[in-house]
Amino acid sequence: MPAAPQGAAATAGGRGRMRAPRSALAPLLPYLQSIALWLVMGIFLLIPIATIVIVSFWDDQDYALVPAFIFDNYRDALGSWVTWSTYLQTIEHAVIVWVFTLSIGFTVAYFLSFHVRSSLWQMVLFQICAIPFLTSNIIRMISWIPFLGRNGLANQALMDMGITDHPLEFLLYSPFAVILAYVHLYALFMVVPIFNTMMRIERSLIEAARDAGAGPIAVLRHVVIPLSLPGISIGTIFVVTLVMGDFITVQMMSGGQSASVGLMMKNEIGLLQYPEAAAHAVVLLLTVLMMVWAILRVVDIRKEL
Amino acid sequence: MTNEKGVTRRGMLKTAAAAGGVAIGSGAVTGFPTIWAQNIKDVTLRQFGTGVSDLNEIAAQCKKDTGITLKLTAMDSDATAQRAITQPDSYDIADIEYWICKKVFPRGVLQPMDTKKLTYFDKVVPLFITGKLLPDSVIAQGTAPHTVGFVEGKTSTKFSKKPTEWFTMMPTIYNADTLGIRPDLVGRPITSWKDLADPAFKGKTAILNIPNIGIMDAAMVNEALGVIKYADKGNMTKAEIDTTIKTLIDLKHAGQFRAFWKTFDESVNLMASGEVVIQSMWSPAVSAVRAKGIACTFQPLKEGYRSWGGGLGLAKHLKGLELDAAYEYINWYTSGWVGAFLNRQGYYSAVLDTAKTHMEPYEWAFWMEGKPAEKDILNPFGKLVEKAGAVRDGGSFYERMGHVACWNSVMDEDKYMAQKWNEFIAA
Repeated sequence: MPAAPQGAAATAGGRGRMRAPRSALAPLLPYLQSIALWLVMGIFLLIPIATIVIVSFWDDQDYALVPAFIFDNYRDALGSWVTWSTYLQTIEHAVIVWVFTLSIGFTVAYFLSFHVRSSLWQMVLFQICAIPFLTSNIIRMISWIPFLGRNGLANQALMDMGITDHPLEFLLYSPFAVILAYVHLYALFMVVPIFNTMMRIERSLIEAARDAGAGPIAVLRHVVIPLSLPGISIGTIFVVTLVMGDFITVQMMSGGQSASVGLMMKNEIGLLQYPEAAAHAVVLLLTVLMMVWAILRVVDIRKEL
Repeated sequence: MTNEKGVTRRGMLKTAAAAGGVAIGSGAVTGFPTIWAQNIKDVTLRQFGTGVSDLNEIAAQCKKDTGITLKLTAMDSDATAQRAITQPDSYDIADIEYWICKKVFPRGVLQPMDTKKLTYFDKVVPLFITGKLLPDSVIAQGTAPHTVGFVEGKTSTKFSKKPTEWFTMMPTIYNADTLGIRPDLVGRPITSWKDLADPAFKGKTAILNIPNIGIMDAAMVNEALGVIKYADKGNMTKAEIDTTIKTLIDLKHAGQFRAFWKTFDESVNLMASGEVVIQSMWSPAVSAVRAKGIACTFQPLKEGYRSWGGGLGLAKHLKGLELDAAYEYINWYTSGWVGAFLNRQGYYSAVLDTAKTHMEPYEWAFWMEGKPAEKDILNPFGKLVEKAGAVRDGGSFYERMGHVACWNSVMDEDKYMAQKWNEFIAA
């Protein structure tokens, strides 16, 4: 921000004899203009992450942080089977949720952009998809609990219909419940970017493909999917990073019975083991960055956009 | 904003306190300095603690009786320990449990209290002084409050084995916890902690997921099952921790647990919805289930109770007028009104004599003496908790607090225990 008034003053005064300073400032102008961004990134991103990295090498004794440079936190974190099985479980969740949100997101986006002809209806239906997101995601999640419970609506309905004679226990406080909540919470993050890229696909390309003799499946495979890849990869980045960092969904929907990487950190913070939690945070950050890097290797978003 | 205001007010108070100090120094004032007593009305004390006792009703009554403004912050057990240690300037009064005190006090963020300034020190239940409820009682295992109740001197952070003049915290609240059950759904009498592991209740049990407390419930179950006999449940060896956690993991893999809960509300919902029929529970959570018209019993068990206690501690930075206000507040807290308020919720006050004077005889008979209620029993918020004729689960004060098997604890192997507990949750 400080760059703007300065630049403006220079331009205003530059009509007369101020011409010399103005030209001296000109090469610096782009840098001055980016100061605001650098400040925001520095204060809210770089400094906090640097702090976490530093603390991850500290020691803690009797609930106090001791500045040090030790690798114990990383050794404990990476040497424990709990960490590995928790990462495996979290990654498994991410993959399953990705598969479901991608199929749902792609189908919904495809329907909206290719089957709904009127752009008014497109926007109306799109808004309907977004309405649940007007409430907090915790409320959307909690509302599943009475629905799926042992004496909940789902079980009563199933029993009334004679599909089962005893309540199905796996519906709540189970991996099923966790995945269901994730898919519910994050499907829209897939719909929006895919819909966005699909809307930009030149309709003449599809016509050309048809004229060249391509059937609907061939059009989908060779035209729609390749051109939707940037949207798919953006949606994938959203879903994967959200699931990898989550702790509250896992805790609530599994009834505290299964672990996630985020939950593991939360427990450590609860026990005042900040350096251990910081080490886990750094490991998680690197894992997620590698996943994002891998996604970007497959699809070059910049080129495609 | 409020913080900045607090800082300037604090500055003013220091000046006032200095003036008071001069008055004392001159020897003109004997006994309670009246100039301070006047100023105390302007003091704001910031208190934080768990939700059980940080209630706005108490703050309102305190303002009315003493003029002191109380600013309360309620949080969960883990968060209180964190706040106490990491933000020592953010509070004046710490309302914490004794096992948390064991973690916090050695860090030097609280100051010892002069027992001579505590009006009701002599009336504190002996449980907090000698560890014995009655002269012939056996001291329970774990972090019993009296073991972390005193320090060696005015500036010491070292716990004293014997009572001294320096109190770490003024005890205020305590209770004996056990398993909560749904008598309509368990289908048989529940008598032992081992019933939590009974395959008959497969998929219908829960245990609380606060490591320091959950491990104690787990220990009660293990000992009742005959898996292990602990030298001291409250201070297990690594091998004992391994055995305890192994039983839990086996039970988890067998599908015994429906859920692990962390907050009061979760435990109420699990019980009220019928997801769970037997679980670790806290007494007001049992009342909350009953208030919904659902049968729920806080079941006494033959192995005894797991007990906990909490008190008020003084922040290190308190001095002068604010320190006096803090003592004044603690003396008010133990003078009866709050004690009665806590007793009526099913907890116990640490100064029972004063609480008694603030309760109706029929209330005292129900809550403390285990007698059938002569009239309907209301909680302090005016809500019906028991109809006339009901008897308190577990009976009288001496029957309940006299059968405490262990206290909530911090072990020497606390860190190892927490690691193993995480393995249980991840298993």
